[in-house]
Amino acid sequence: MVRLNASWLALPLIGFVVVTLVVPIFSLAKLSVYDATVADALPKTTAALRSWTGPELPDANTYAVVAAELIELQENRELGRVASRVNRIASGMRSTISKTPRRFRRSEEERADLALIAIDEKWGKPQIWYAFKQATQAFSSRNFLQAIDMRIAPDGSIERAPEYQRVYVSLFLRTLLVAVAVTLLCLIIGYPMAYAMANSSPLWTRFLLVLVLIPFWTSLLVRTTSWIVLLQQQGVINDILVFVGLIPDDERLTLVHNMTGTLIAMTQVLLPFMILPLYSVMATIPRNLSLAASSLGANPFQSFIRVYLPNSLPGVAAGGLLVFILSIGYYITPALVGGSQGQLISNLIAYHLQSSLNWGLAAALSVLLLLGVFVLYVIYDRLIGIDRMKLG
Amino acid sequence: MNPRPWRALQGAIGIFTACGFLFLIGPLFVIVPLSFNAEPYFTFRMEMLVLEPDAFSMRWYQTLLEDEEWHRALFNSFFIGICATIIATTLGTLAAVALNQPRFPGRRTVMALLISPMVTPIVIVGVSVFFFYSTPWIGLSQTYLGLILSHAMLGAPFVVITVTATLAGFNQTLMHAAASLGANAWTRFRRIQLPLISPGVITGALFAFATSFDEVVVVLFMGGLEQRTLPRQMWSGIREEINPTILAVATLLIIFAVLVLFTVEWLRSRTARQLQPN
Repeated sequence: MVRLNASWLALPLIGFVVVTLVVPIFSLAKLSVYDATVADALPKTTAALRSWTGPELPDANTYAVVAAELIELQENRELGRVASRVNRIASGMRSTISKTPRRFRRSEEERADLALIAIDEKWGKPQIWYAFKQATQAFSSRNFLQAIDMRIAPDGSIERAPEYQRVYVSLFLRTLLVAVAVTLLCLIIGYPMAYAMANSSPLWTRFLLVLVLIPFWTSLLVRTTSWIVLLQQQGVINDILVFVGLIPDDERLTLVHNMTGTLIAMTQVLLPFMILPLYSVMATIPRNLSLAASSLGANPFQSFIRVYLPNSLPGVAAGGLLVFILSIGYYITPALVGGSQGQLISNLIAYHLQSSLNWGLAAALSVLLLLGVFVLYVIYDRLIGIDRMKLG
Repeated sequence: MNPRPWRALQGAIGIFTACGFLFLIGPLFVIVPLSFNAEPYFTFRMEMLVLEPDAFSMRWYQTLLEDEEWHRALFNSFFIGICATIIATTLGTLAAVALNQPRFPGRRTVMALLISPMVTPIVIVGVSVFFFYSTPWIGLSQTYLGLILSHAMLGAPFVVITVTATLAGFNQTLMHAAASLGANAWTRFRRIQLPLISPGVITGALFAFATSFDEVVVVLFMGGLEQRTLPRQMWSGIREEINPTILAVATLLIIFAVLVLFTVEWLRSRTARQLQPN
């Protein structure tokens, strides 16, 4: 017997996925706990503050070091970057840091600590120094704490964020809720569709399969666009409702750019991912099983509940998990039809990446989302088996 | 046998099912006629419903034909898509062949790793590659190469899945027969295995291409102005000012999807015939 071992042929793709996905994800994870911007820009301040633990103010020497380094930063035009980083931990510090170097140079006060406090009384508050020290620590859990609406209190303990800053826990819950709702909607709508496909004549089955596969292959953006066109206030659905007389012309429904739009569009977009696994399981259920049940005296309802449904459960699990996994990380559809209240966790990650530039927080939120998806993925593998995933 | 209430229930379920299919496919069919709207509206006007010829026009397709930006986007989409497909198909097919080995070590884990790009939330993929490729010593952000590599990574799982599925019906004794006749590994792969699994390979390649052709988030985060693709162009069209040119593009993309679908289905029926044991 000739040995035909070609296992090593998997290595190129393994290497490729590791380099283009796994390594980038790990460096993102690092970004969520590690940020050396301030520590690198203010090395002497960082060193001076390392030994300071409060609660009294740092010594005059520390003040002098801070002032000198801030002046140096201003000359190198790097002050803004550091100021905004510190501002993230202690809001209001941006302006304090920005004005300090300029005014310090003009100050005639001999002692650095008195000079700084004269420039801005914030320099005389221990909690500001605690925040400043936090900013100089490169390794920190603050992004993760912020991602679950907690923060490090001035005294170093962990407390809940003030009420107006608590957004992320409810956003995670909303994302979870939307994923559950979309999965259930897909199941309710998709189950009878898959049943119809599995229990028709071959010609009908092919036809219905094409109806499911056309949207499956159609660009996501096209399908989202079609929902905007249909659902807008001057769109087709509202026009029909007005024409039929169900609603008056001046009370058109707001169906898009809100949660309704997100739910409708996401359900339609993900429906094929529910139908196809369901169908492939249902196609293997022998048709005479239901006949046997009814010949034994079961009414159609009993025969469905006791015979057909249990046999189709593997399909329900496969489709349900797939739709759930996909919808938890959904971005494009909510971004385009979600408005402000239909946004999910992915959209906020994108916001922190592109607009607020709080990359550490974006990374922490990403890691949390990824952990959730990872758990679901493992469940999918244990329950259904990834190698049994089929397409189309 | 079939008392009336059951029949009524059956009818109700039938109507519900039909509505399901309408919900799934209807929105696409609404877009097509609207792309021929002579006026810049997104709804049917009375003139259109009574099929007045003046109500229809090709003006949005005309705009599309004349617009430099859309030309560039189309070129970028095909260029990035084809390059990504070649990488994804080559690596994916090799990996699938390897995974089909009876004694592949840690098959389950490797499979999970190779399929993972498919289920990783796309925003996380986008954020990660953006940061990673932006690091100075890599410097692939805002380059074609960066996008091609990312798209190849996103498309490869589809190739692995389709080729693995085709290989499941592949008769390994053919390889042993060829080996006993003196064919070396490369010849065996090229002359026996590849022709037999080619429908799966092509299907996978089409999936990979469609994935890249439809991908917008990575392009959004990492692509520069120069690398704007078709979906990226549509994205700004939808976000900023939705105009009917988008509908013309959408219609063309629907036609494209239907063509791909029928190719895939044709290949599938071919595989089914080929691999049928006699």
